[in-house]
Amino acid sequence: MMLIPCPHCGPRAHAEFTFDRPVEAITRPDETPDALVRNLFSRDNPRGPSRELWRHTYGCRSWITLTRDTATHAITDVRPVGADA
Amino acid sequence: MSGGHRLSTGGVIDRSQTLRFRFDGRDYAGHPGDTLASALLASGVRVFGRSFKYHRTRGLLAAGVEEPSALVGAGEGGRFEPNTRATDLHLYDGLVSESQNRWPSLDLDVGAVNQWIAPFIPAGFYYKTFLGPPALWKLYEHVIRAAAGLGRPPQLPDPDRYERRAAFCDVLVVGAGPAGLSAALAAARSGARVALVDLDRRLGGSLLGDPVTIDGQPAKDWIDAAEAELRTRDVRILTRTTAIGYYDHNMVYLAQRVVEPGARTGTDGISQRMWRMRAGRVILAQGAIERPLPFEDNDRPGVMLSGAVRTYLDRFGVAAGERFVLATSGDDAYRTAVRLCDAGLRVDAVLDSRPSEAIDPALLRRARDRCPVETGVRPLRAIGTPRGVTGLEVRAASGTVKYVADVVAVSGGLTPSVHLHMQAGGGLDWDEGRGVFTPTAPRQGQVSVGACAGRFQLADALSDAWRAGLDAAAATGGKPVADTPPRSETWAFADQASAFVPAPGVNPKKVFVDPQNDVTLGDLDLAWREGYRSVEHQKRYTTLGMATDQGKTSNLIGLARLAENEGRPAPQVGLTTFRPPFIPTTLGLWAGEDAGFHVTPLRRTPLYDLHAAFDPPWQAVGYWRRPRAYLRAGETLATAALREARMVRTTVGITDVSTLGKFEVSGPDAAALLERVCATSVSKLAVGRGRYTFMLREDGLVNDDGTVWRLGEDRFLLTSSTGGADRMAGLISYARNVLYPDLRVGAANVQEHYAAIAVAGPRARAVIAAVVEGMVPPRHMSLDRGVVAGVPVLVIAASYSGERAFEVYAPSHQAVAVWTALAEAAEAQEGGLYGLEALEILRVEKGHVETGGEIDGRTSAHDLRLEKMLNPRGGYMGQLAQQRPAFADPDRLQFVGLESLGGPIPEGSMLVERPGFAVQGHVTAAGIRVLEEGFVGLALLKGGRARLGDELLAWSPTRTASARVRVSEPVFHDPAGDRYRD
Repeated sequence: MMLIPCPHCGPRAHAEFTFDRPVEAITRPDETPDALVRNLFSRDNPRGPSRELWRHTYGCRSWITLTRDTATHAITDVRPVGADA
Repeated sequence: MSGGHRLSTGGVIDRSQTLRFRFDGRDYAGHPGDTLASALLASGVRVFGRSFKYHRTRGLLAAGVEEPSALVGAGEGGRFEPNTRATDLHLYDGLVSESQNRWPSLDLDVGAVNQWIAPFIPAGFYYKTFLGPPALWKLYEHVIRAAAGLGRPPQLPDPDRYERRAAFCDVLVVGAGPAGLSAALAAARSGARVALVDLDRRLGGSLLGDPVTIDGQPAKDWIDAAEAELRTRDVRILTRTTAIGYYDHNMVYLAQRVVEPGARTGTDGISQRMWRMRAGRVILAQGAIERPLPFEDNDRPGVMLSGAVRTYLDRFGVAAGERFVLATSGDDAYRTAVRLCDAGLRVDAVLDSRPSEAIDPALLRRARDRCPVETGVRPLRAIGTPRGVTGLEVRAASGTVKYVADVVAVSGGLTPSVHLHMQAGGGLDWDEGRGVFTPTAPRQGQVSVGACAGRFQLADALSDAWRAGLDAAAATGGKPVADTPPRSETWAFADQASAFVPAPGVNPKKVFVDPQNDVTLGDLDLAWREGYRSVEHQKRYTTLGMATDQGKTSNLIGLARLAENEGRPAPQVGLTTFRPPFIPTTLGLWAGEDAGFHVTPLRRTPLYDLHAAFDPPWQAVGYWRRPRAYLRAGETLATAALREARMVRTTVGITDVSTLGKFEVSGPDAAALLERVCATSVSKLAVGRGRYTFMLREDGLVNDDGTVWRLGEDRFLLTSSTGGADRMAGLISYARNVLYPDLRVGAANVQEHYAAIAVAGPRARAVIAAVVEGMVPPRHMSLDRGVVAGVPVLVIAASYSGERAFEVYAPSHQAVAVWTALAEAAEAQEGGLYGLEALEILRVEKGHVETGGEIDGRTSAHDLRLEKMLNPRGGYMGQLAQQRPAFADPDRLQFVGLESLGGPIPEGSMLVERPGFAVQGHVTAAGIRVLEEGFVGLALLKGGRARLGDELLAWSPTRTASARVRVSEPVFHDPAGDRYRD
């Protein structure tokens, strides 16, 4: 079980969080149909760093983005959603 | 009589006390400190069970948790636990145990005939034999199920409790042998919070009973001093606790046996406890597991691992037999031989496969002082009967030689226990010279020390572990002490040498590799010849390593055989994946407290107790429970539901709809947010009005539906389905916080803040007028506020049933008074309560879609005839995706009604021309006309919108029921809505 450093609450158990989606799958109504289909259905399945949207559902309930290495589960660069560079 | 017996001295057991126990109906006795295995061995028992496939007799191979053969059932009734290793069951007074895989008894076993037909049940037997038409599978299944499985499940409910606990520490040390104790001492003295776990009942590991000295003390005294010091330093010491899984970010699951298998629990009633230990650093000191040697009939009772023979002698004071022969490829058997001789036991020979020049002369001399040693000899076959081994045949330079023995102690090399290291994502190095995989490249900072790192010398293990303890403490904020590590002489004989290949002339079909699953070298060769050349394929095809021991003693032998067949080095062939749990665990351990009532949470509406007073049949809706009907004397569920539905159509009914999702959305941009979440228009709603709405998923399919009400200029109430409420809460939060963080809007989930009571029927207006002080009941799709029984309420006019209807929203904590007032008023109007079944009958007759029914995650707005309601201005979630042309394909499954031409339409039936024909659709809901005769239903039918009037068969082969149906518009009651519109 991973330990996820919530930017608001500090390190908390994975069980408190819900994975939502890779950041690239955050689709918007003004996208082109091609981009939408690609982001919804044809996403990369990286072995390595993946930028992801999570929610601290059973904690502070806030949305966060983080980088998780899908091979090692190393978690880096956790920040509140919208705080991306 | 040959056999094991207890020695008068030696071992760490308490001979002053006697523990009585039963095995297969016979009474035995042992001592505190015994395992079931050691106590039975001391009593002369050799046969502990029969094997899985051939039902060959099996005895003890090992003395520890790796034991593949001596599996027993322990306990009685609900406490019965099958497949427990006799070597891992510490004796207690009153233990009741039994052997497995034998019928009718261990001595006389009918299934043993399998070994005579062994040539006909080779590797992959099931795959080859059970081919053919599917109908035959029904026959095979009975045979397979009768023959498969080990032991038997308990037949009664488990009376005990299982507990889960979370814990954390700076340094977790797994294994309390010499390395583990050394590491724990170093880390604890350096100020780290240390946890030390060991699967045994006491600390010491391989040191228990060993005559070695550490820091000048006998091992036993050193262990006791170490334990005492660790306790004073507040180290959390957990014995009978096995680290079963090493998960991400240093989360280690620890399975603790609070009481032994089958034993009565203490006053807390707890049988086992699962610890979820989060550690800063993990030090693995799990030791190594010895492997047997490959020769014919090497599974006979009495063929035991050399280290196990020594453990029984040194730790339990048990001689495993009377005449010993030791066959070895390395030094370990010499240790055993010396110990046996020094205990006065008869060792006929140490048979070393190595040439004498490859053996340390001092070692040879020391052994030859005590017993004969032959070098360059290789074991060919065990001689004996199902009752046990009587000798060993070997090939020496001079030819074939036979030795008489009742114990053949074997040593084919040591396998470091790298299970947890590998679960943690580590890598392995292959040491060709010694034939061992050693841990490398730790991904989670875990450190392996001692034998599990391939460091078999005691002095090395102690000093390595000490350093690892200091480092781990330093890494977690401790201050390493300058003390010197514990010192010991090296074990005289601890060089590792592996033997995987049997002597020439040995029949591989008789050499057992995995004794629990009866996998032989011949099976591995056959699988290889048949093309199963990956290590994972070999495992699945032959079942090597798939038994309850997970191949602890056998996997490496199988790997070596595959490498030999492949002509490739072992590391290139690779290992199968190490998966948790390390040892078999009970299901109760995983379930913890989540059993019985606590399997799932129960969500109660504020009116739950009022419903429960009727003792209604409940319907589980997510975690909620809703009454299906309020039965009167003599009624069935069906007749009660129909009565309640008729009541709603003719007078008035009230029902609890508090489980619906409710969201309050407020702020200047509230309408803007809702128009992104909902696929219908919202912003044009006048204050005080509401409308039906639905939401799409991002892929354009319908997500959920509900109603939206404008409470004020900047304030809305959105409802959604019961089952979709949590999903909708997430969706709204996602839209608000991730997609549109700039909107000036707040969204609150008020699902449990308000109770909701539906009032439906021709006399609903009268009920509202009578109960809500001074209220003129609002027009359809309008709302008003008022007071009921002193409670402020919101009344909205919306109809799900197809009658004039209202929903009354009241604060949850005051809802009972409102319900009571409404119920009394309904009764005064010759109405009453109705449940979920009537609700369903009413909505089916009215043709409303339902989330979970027609909104099934596969239907589009077009499929459900909702496309005209889509917001023409767009901008909502899923808009782009739902425009994809395939979603308007006329051949899609589309929402239609069904009128039965005969009896009831079977629930969930498929729509076909005739039985066996292609399926054209399915029934999503079956109903009955409420006031008229006949049966109706709702369905999704291929191209259904163009097929009104078609006749089909609603066919349910699983219910052996069917009905002829005619396709119709999906509304059977008041299509124009005259009964509720104003």
